[in-house]
Amino acid sequence: MNEQDRKKLIAENDLRLRKRLARRNGINSGLRYFVLTFVGLLMLYPLIWLLGASFKSNAEIFTSIGFLPSSFDFSGYVNGWKTSTEYTFTTYFINTFKIVIPKVIVTVISVTLTAYGFARFKIPGKKFLFSILIATLLLPNLVLRIPQYIMFNSFNWLDSYKPLIVPSAFAVDAFFVFMVIQFMRGIPKDLEEAATIDGCNSIQVLTKILMPILKPALISVALFQFMWTMNDFLGPLIYISSVRKYPVSIALKMSMDASALVHWNQVIALSVIALVPSLVVFFLAQRHFVDGITSSGIKG
Amino acid sequence: MKGKKYEGLLYITPWLIGLVVFTAFPFFASLFFSFTDYNLMSSPNFVGIDNYKTMFQTELFWKSFGITMSYVFITVPMKLAFALFIAYILNFKLKAVNFFRTAYYMPSILGGSVAVAVLWRFLFADTGLVNMILALFGVDSISWLGNPDYAIFTISLLRVWQFGSPMVIFLAALKNVPESLYEAARIDGASKVKTFIRVTLPMITPVLFFNFIMQLVQAFQEFNGPYIITGGGPLNSTYLFPLYIYDNAFRYFRMGYSSALSWFLFVVIMVFTLLAFKSEKHWVHYTEVE
Repeated sequence: MNEQDRKKLIAENDLRLRKRLARRNGINSGLRYFVLTFVGLLMLYPLIWLLGASFKSNAEIFTSIGFLPSSFDFSGYVNGWKTSTEYTFTTYFINTFKIVIPKVIVTVISVTLTAYGFARFKIPGKKFLFSILIATLLLPNLVLRIPQYIMFNSFNWLDSYKPLIVPSAFAVDAFFVFMVIQFMRGIPKDLEEAATIDGCNSIQVLTKILMPILKPALISVALFQFMWTMNDFLGPLIYISSVRKYPVSIALKMSMDASALVHWNQVIALSVIALVPSLVVFFLAQRHFVDGITSSGIKG
Repeated sequence: MKGKKYEGLLYITPWLIGLVVFTAFPFFASLFFSFTDYNLMSSPNFVGIDNYKTMFQTELFWKSFGITMSYVFITVPMKLAFALFIAYILNFKLKAVNFFRTAYYMPSILGGSVAVAVLWRFLFADTGLVNMILALFGVDSISWLGNPDYAIFTISLLRVWQFGSPMVIFLAALKNVPESLYEAARIDGASKVKTFIRVTLPMITPVLFFNFIMQLVQAFQEFNGPYIITGGGPLNSTYLFPLYIYDNAFRYFRMGYSSALSWFLFVVIMVFTLLAFKSEKHWVHYTEVE
């Protein structure tokens, strides 16, 4: 009887606890939405404000908190695009894509080949090589900048896009290699073995069997490389010296320095334009970004 | 079938070449240059540890190093705390999780761009948006970028704002914590806070550790923010170490001295990374989940 009483008591207690928890959950989930929305607005408002400010007059930029301009002024875009140099932003955009497009292509190819080698073949000293790959993942790039510059100088590569593109053809971005290796390890080998028995050589196995399965991972690689290269500032700052060859990132900094005291709206309009390619790509493919970052083997 | 052994080697050859030419060789070359007076114009002369001696006797070196340390230890914990906090909230089965996740992730994608640094300058200008908003609440305008005491904090905020990628990683880890553990805690009557500290946190320590190391290595190398927003000022209060290296290397072309500087920073980063790895066994739990 004693035992029964205790069980009943526990059950009642449990029920009460559950009810209280349920009630609290209701309040809590409201609170959660509030926090998420509030923090989210706080974080995104600057970007929204930037868009609105690009249509404001110079005087209005520093006097109105609101997003909407009192009247739409496109002069920031028109004059900003012309820039104070002899080139327009058209040139700078073309330059950026002259770096980004080849870089993304060679990255995807070199990363795929390297990951394939690591994930599917017996290589003498593989363990050691793989640990070196991981070590380069943590190696601060900063320590390599100076000798790389000296090296590219001796190759006569300065003031060209080669220092920015060529290393990527040799899979120097360890992060991507690691990501694709992790992805490949998750793919069963059955299909490839069957294809080998049917007489496919290893290149055919890669292009015909693996590549279609790898597509999401490779898209992630391409997207990240696209974003990072679009945003890269230090690379071109070090290597590109003629204004004619500047990418958008450097041109934007230059226009900020040249006109920060007078033509704020131009700088803001140009910033908006500079963000457009990244934003478009992000919204078209945001699933791949999140998947890419979580599938890189970084799971609890 | 005999060629099979070398086939794999063939596939990683591009990487191997890249490793030797663009990573290993520069890595050791910079150590070598750090013991020379190389300036690009004349061939390098061996000067022993002079560069290191000069370095430790330079006031700007210590100033820059001190700022870098405070920058790193403001930015990294704040960024991780935000990332974990938001990931924790997102992990409750809320509607519109994907929407919020995207919104929070966006700054990390755009954050490295010059445009966002430009935006920061406008937001935190003396008559910028932040001060305008503060004025609504009757707060006097703050010189976010002009006051040496605040400028580093403002720069720091730019990176804290981009907590999206550690957040996404935290979120994936939180999803992996087995429901049964929460169930058990609930039955024991543990409070939310206690559950978080005793159950959630220990379960995600490997990911916390990973994020910490990644953010640490990144923060030590911060360049774009201070270079574009403040140019290292006012009064060198945001003159982070990478700026110091950049100026010496690419403005004054003191390749020897700047190599010594970058090796110093490299060693500092390594020491902190190793300390983290050493401390790992005391707080990182690797539990096999199911």
